[in-house]
Amino acid sequence: MGFVNVKKQEVLVKLVYYGPGRGGKTSNLDYINNKFKERIKTDMVSIKTHGDRTLFFDFLPVDIGKIKGFDIKIQLYTVPGQVKYNATRKLVLKGVDGLVFVADSQVEMREKNISSFNQMKENLVAMNKDIAKIPLVLQYNKVDLAEEGVPLLGFDTMEADLNSEIKVPSFEGSAVTGYNVVNTLKKAISLTMVSFKKELL
Amino acid sequence: MYGVTQEQLDQIDALIVSDLIGIGVHSVIVVDVAGNVIAEHDDGKTDIQVHAFAALAAGNFAAVDAMAQLVGEQEFSLHFHKGEDESIHFSKINDDILLITIFGNDVSLGFLRLKTTEVIDKIKEMWQTTEF
Ligand SMILES: Nc1nc2c(ncn2[C@@H]2O[C@H](COP(=O)(O)OP(=O)(O)OP(=O)(O)O)[C@@H](O)[C@H]2O)c(=O)[nH]1
Ligand SMILES: [Mg+2]
Repeated sequence: MGFVNVKKQEVLVKLVYYGPGRGGKTSNLDYINNKFKERIKTDMVSIKTHGDRTLFFDFLPVDIGKIKGFDIKIQLYTVPGQVKYNATRKLVLKGVDGLVFVADSQVEMREKNISSFNQMKENLVAMNKDIAKIPLVLQYNKVDLAEEGVPLLGFDTMEADLNSEIKVPSFEGSAVTGYNVVNTLKKAISLTMVSFKKELL
Repeated sequence: MYGVTQEQLDQIDALIVSDLIGIGVHSVIVVDVAGNVIAEHDDGKTDIQVHAFAALAAGNFAAVDAMAQLVGEQEFSLHFHKGEDESIHFSKINDDILLITIFGNDVSLGFLRLKTTEVIDKIKEMWQTTEF
């Protein structure tokens, strides 16, 4: 439900990072927050537990400049990934314009990735959003762990598990090193802006 | 995606300034359920991070609404947080849009409620959100 403010000449866009608990959603926002400090005028808001797990959401607004005279303000959110928080995830998804699904590349996380992804689809359906239409990018996070000898699922397996039907852009990434964090975000923003233009026509 | 016309925004702005800022309210934010800021005004002395505030306010409102449903209420139509110096009042303009006021001890809750109800009625009258 991106909001266009004709008076202030701005467009507000809501991008939500979704994915299983401890997958690295908050870490993506932390990296973006550090990387683009000069463009981010507000402190990142994180509602979290003492153990640094997201309890409600993280929020980070990023100004990306002007398109056709309109200031584009991207508002990044993360959902809480833990299974028990689905009611909260649904609240955060309200009015979502675009999604980044952050999957965890570790072999042992395979089932959790798939069930989180399936629940995301269900949640979208419940909001009358079509998974085939909503801008979505996949990130297979934590690939840096390969160097530590941690067994990873690998790109092809993750594609087969998560991306065989919808076929959306996907990236291997590492929210800790920053590898592909910005590319993931840029892709999600550009898909969302393209879908806005379609809606405007 | 949706928007509100320039004319509608001008009308809302005028109303907020005259009827709410005019009675001593410190800050007024109109926000949608997604957390997008639709309009914001303050008395020139108040400085809050509006977008962060809006995200939290929308989340808070949604959470309290979800709690209402769990106890068998359709909604709690009014939410109010009282502080030592500043208080926050939330009310619904419609299913998608909230009116939030931040005010000090010099404005009584009763008067504020009366004024926000009036403002909401006037906004409803003149304002249909335009779907693109
Ligand atoms: N090695 C490695 N660790 C990561 C990476 N991304 C996140 N982590 C670690 O994984 C843990 C969880 O990361 P978070 O970003 O908090 O995960 P989250 O998805 O926000 O988790 P919830 O808030 O519970 O949903 C933290 O200890 C991070 O440091 C990565 O790319 N590589
Ligand atoms: Mg988190």
